[in-house]
Amino acid sequence: MKLGIPKEIFEGERRVAATPSSVKKLTDLGYEVLIETGAGDRADYSDETYKAAGATIIEDTKALWKDANVILKVRAPMKNASLKKHEADLMTEGSYLVSYIWPAQNPELLDHLAKNKITSFAIDSLPRISRAQKMDALSAMANIAGYRAVIESANHFGRFFTGQVTAAGKVPPAKVMVIGAGVAGLAAIGAANSMGAIVRAFDTRLEVREQVESMGAEFLQLDFDDEDGSGTGGYAKQMSDEFIKAEMALFAEQAKDVDIIITTALIPGKPAPKLITEDMVKSMKPGSVIVDLASERGGNCEATEPGKVATKHGVTVIGYTDLPSRMSKVASDLYATNLVHLMTELTPEKDGKPVVNMEDTVIRGITVVNDKDITWPPPQPEAPAQPQHKPGTEEPSPAEVHAKKEAAEQAARKKSLIGKMALLAVTVFALYGVGAHAPESFLSHFTVFVLSCFIGWQVIWNVTPSLHTPLMSVTNAISGIIVIGAMLHLAQAENVAVGIMAFVAVLIASINIGGGFYVTHRMLKMFRK
Amino acid sequence: MSTGMVSVAYVVASVLFILSLGGLSHQESARRGNLYGVAGIIIAVGATLASFGSDGGIIAIAIAILIGAGIGIPIANKVEMTQMPQLVALLHSFVGLAAVLVGFSGYIEPLVATTGTEHTIHLVEVYLGIFIGAVTFTGSLVACGKLDGRIDSKALTLPGRHWMNLAAIIACVVLGSWFLGTDSMGLGILFLVIMTVIACVLGVHLIMAIGGADMPVVVSMLNSYSGWAAASIGFMLGNDLLIVVGALVGSSGAILSYIMCKAMNRSFISVILGGFGQTSSSSAASGEEQSVYETTVDEVCEELRNARSVIIVPGYGMAVAQAQNGVSDMTKYLRDKGVNVRFGIHPVAGRLPGHMNVLLAEAHVPYDIVLEMDEINEDFPDTDVVLVIGANDTVNPAAAEDPASPIAGMPVLEVWKAGQVVVLKRGMASGYAGVENPLFFKDNTRMLFGDAKESVDKLVSGLRG
Repeated sequence: MKLGIPKEIFEGERRVAATPSSVKKLTDLGYEVLIETGAGDRADYSDETYKAAGATIIEDTKALWKDANVILKVRAPMKNASLKKHEADLMTEGSYLVSYIWPAQNPELLDHLAKNKITSFAIDSLPRISRAQKMDALSAMANIAGYRAVIESANHFGRFFTGQVTAAGKVPPAKVMVIGAGVAGLAAIGAANSMGAIVRAFDTRLEVREQVESMGAEFLQLDFDDEDGSGTGGYAKQMSDEFIKAEMALFAEQAKDVDIIITTALIPGKPAPKLITEDMVKSMKPGSVIVDLASERGGNCEATEPGKVATKHGVTVIGYTDLPSRMSKVASDLYATNLVHLMTELTPEKDGKPVVNMEDTVIRGITVVNDKDITWPPPQPEAPAQPQHKPGTEEPSPAEVHAKKEAAEQAARKKSLIGKMALLAVTVFALYGVGAHAPESFLSHFTVFVLSCFIGWQVIWNVTPSLHTPLMSVTNAISGIIVIGAMLHLAQAENVAVGIMAFVAVLIASINIGGGFYVTHRMLKMFRK
Repeated sequence: MSTGMVSVAYVVASVLFILSLGGLSHQESARRGNLYGVAGIIIAVGATLASFGSDGGIIAIAIAILIGAGIGIPIANKVEMTQMPQLVALLHSFVGLAAVLVGFSGYIEPLVATTGTEHTIHLVEVYLGIFIGAVTFTGSLVACGKLDGRIDSKALTLPGRHWMNLAAIIACVVLGSWFLGTDSMGLGILFLVIMTVIACVLGVHLIMAIGGADMPVVVSMLNSYSGWAAASIGFMLGNDLLIVVGALVGSSGAILSYIMCKAMNRSFISVILGGFGQTSSSSAASGEEQSVYETTVDEVCEELRNARSVIIVPGYGMAVAQAQNGVSDMTKYLRDKGVNVRFGIHPVAGRLPGHMNVLLAEAHVPYDIVLEMDEINEDFPDTDVVLVIGANDTVNPAAAEDPASPIAGMPVLEVWKAGQVVVLKRGMASGYAGVENPLFFKDNTRMLFGDAKESVDKLVSGLRG
C-alpha cells in the first residue's frame, strides 16, 4: 500500500510526520512511501534525503492525498486555504489516517471523517499502558515542550540560572517553580536543574513526589489532610475547594519568592485550571518570567495570551502553543519514531497492509473512526496504576510486619543454632572416637590432614574469582600427585595384576599432571592488563 | 636416597603446592604460582624415584609417565578455551580412576604391614578411597559428556531417585562391614568389586540428575571429591604429601562449590540431589500477552556510538557461539573511541567457575575491565547501554522482584536499571532454569535476535563502517 506524508499546513507548524530514517523502517513494513515536496524543509530534512531513503517525492498536493492509502501527519486534518478544500475531502474513501485528532474537542471532524469512510487513528487517544509507551507521542512532545519552556524562559530572563561568585560581585541563582509534574513538568525540572537553578515543584498527585525529587527539585507539599489528586490512567483529577484554596495560598506565597514559574497543569477533558492570578503576577519581582504550557487550553495564568509573549506588571508571560514545533527536528524525529512503532503494531504481517484489530487494547484506544463508524470514546482502560487494597483484606500494620519478621528471624537463628550445636556434638564425638581408639601413626597423619584442610581453606578464599577456572585446573594437576602412590606400588609390584593396575594409574595420573599444568599455563598466559 | 631426605623433599613439595594456590590470588602472581606447582610435582616424583634405587620398576614408571605426559600435554595444547569445562571434568575422572586402581593395589599388596586396629583403619581407608574414587570417576565422565553435549544436559529425574541413592549408600556401608569382617583375600576383593560397581552407578546417577545450569557446582564438587580421594589414598599409604595435597584440593573444591551455590542462592544439598529446573514455573503463566521490542544492528551501533558507558554481560551463549573474539574487537573499538566499556560477570556464568574470564582473556580483553557482579551491580543505573550476550537466568529480574519465581532470591546482575538493555539472543527460549525472563519485556529492553557470533560480527563491522 502507499503511505503518504503531506506537508503540514497549520500556521507555524514545522514538524513533519516522517524522517528519512523512519521512511526506511516504513518501507521495511511493506509500504511504498510518498512525500509531498518540501514536507520536511522546516525540520531540516530535504527532499533529497527522503529520496535517498527510498521515498517518492510528489509535487502535487492533491495527487498525494488521492494516491496514498494511508496518510501520516502531525496536525488534525483542516481546511486547505489554497486548495479551498478540507483535507478530509482530499482523501480517497476507505483509506487510513494517523494524526492528532483530539476527538473530544473535534466532534464535527469525526463526523466528517466517518462520512468519507476514513479509518482514523488518533495518536492523542493512546491508552496509557506500558506497552503503548513507545508510541506515546503526547509524552514525547511534552518532554520537548518542558525543555523548551525552560530555554524560552531563560531567553527572557535577565540573569543567570546558576549562582556565581565573580570578581564583579555575587550573583544569586534563579529560583524556578514548576507546577504539574507530568512529563513536561519533569523535563522542565531536569532542564532547569541542570542549568543550575533552584527548582521547586508542585503537583496534586502525591505519587510523583519521588520522581520530582529524583530530578533534583524540592517537592512543595500542602499542609493538608493528604488528599491525593491521582485520577485514572495516570492523569490528575479535579480537587476539592478547600484543597484549591490551600494550593492557591501556596502559589501566592511562592510567587513573591521565585523568579520563574512554569505551569503545566491540565485535567483531561476540562479547560486548564487557573492557578496563577493577576494578583500573584503583580506580586512577582520585575523581570520575572512565567511560561504557561497550558495556554492552548486557556492557560494556567490569568495573564496568559495564547500564542504570544505578553508583558504584564513587569513580568514576561510566555504563552506559546507551539513549543515542540519550535524544536522541529527532534520533535519530528520522535514523532516519526512513534508513528513507526504504531504502524508496526498495525501491520503485524509486515506486508504493507494495516489491520484494525479491535481486540487489541492499544489499537482499540486510538481508533476513533473505523470505516464509517465513530468508535470514540473507547471503553474505559484498566484504571489503577497502583495496586488497590481489596475491601476486607486489611494490610498488616508495619509493627505487625516487623514483629513477624523478627519472629521468623529468631526461628531461623534458633534453627541454625541447633544445627551448629549438633555439628559441634558430632565433631566432639568423632574427635573423641579418633583420640580414644586410633593408633599413634594414624593420629600423626590425621593432624597433617586437618591442618592442611585449614591451610587450603585460608589460601583458597584469597583466590580472585576471575581465576577460578585456572584454580580448578591447577588443583586438578596437583591432585595428580596420586601418581606417587601408584609409583610406589609399581616399583614393588609382585603380582602381575597389581603391576598392570599400578602402571595404568601412573599413566593416567601423568596425563593429569602434564595436561593440567600445561593448560593452566596456557590460560594464565592469556590474562593481561 | 634416605627416608629422611625423601620426607624433606615431600615437605618442600607441600610448601610449593601451597604457594602455588596462594599465587592464584592475583593475576600477576598466578603464572609464578603455576610454576611452583610444576616444581613441586617434579621434586616429589624425583625424590620418590630416587628412593627406589636401581630397581626394575623404574623403567616401567618412566615409560608410564612419558606416555601419560605425551598424551596429556598435546590435549592441553589443542583444547579450545570453550571446551575447558569438559577437559577439567575429564581430568577429574582420571584422578578418580587412579584412586580406584591404587586402592585395589593397596589392598592386594599393602606397602605397610599392619595389625590390629591399624589394620582395620587401613581397610577403612582402602574402602573409602575406592568408593570416592569410583564416584568421582563415573560422575566426572557423565559431567564431561553433559558439558560436551554428548549426553542430554537436562536433569534426569527417575522416580524415587533419592531412595535409590540412599539404598546404594546403605548397600556400600553393609558391604563395608562384611569387608572388614572377612579374612579371606578373595572374598574381600569380591566385596570391593561389588562396592566399586555400586559406587560407579551411584556416580552416574548423581550427576545425571543435575541440570546443565548447575554444572559449575558439579564440576567444583567433583574437583573436591578428587581431592578427598587422593587424601584417603594418602592415609592408606601413610604418605603425608598425598594427604596434604588431597586436603588442599578437597577444600579448594568445597569452597568453590560453596561460592557457586551462594551465587545461585541454593543450598548445596539441593544441588547435589538435583532435579532443579523441572519444577514448572508459576510466574511464566502470568497470562498477559507481552510484546518484545526488536531492534536492528544499525540501531544498536548507533546506541553504542552515542553511549558514554557500556557494560557487556556475557553468558554461556557467548561461549557456545564462540563470539568472544568479536566481543573483544568491539570492546577495543569502543574503548579507542573513549567509551567506558566494562564487563559484568555473574559467578555462575558459563559452565565452570570463572569460565567467562578465561574466554575473555583468551580474546585479549584486559582483565582489569572484567568485573565481578558485586563490583559492578551498583553501576548499572549510570550506564547508558548494557549488552547481554547469551546470558539469561543471571540477568533475570524475577529473581529480585517475583517471590514466586523458582530462582527468587538468587543474586543477579541488575541490568534492567541501565538506560538501555540490548539482549543478543537466538530466540525466545528460556534459560537453563526454565524460567520466563521478564527482562525481555521491559520497556528499555531491545532484542537483537540471531546467532551471537554473527550479531557481534555485524555490530563490529557496523561500528567500523
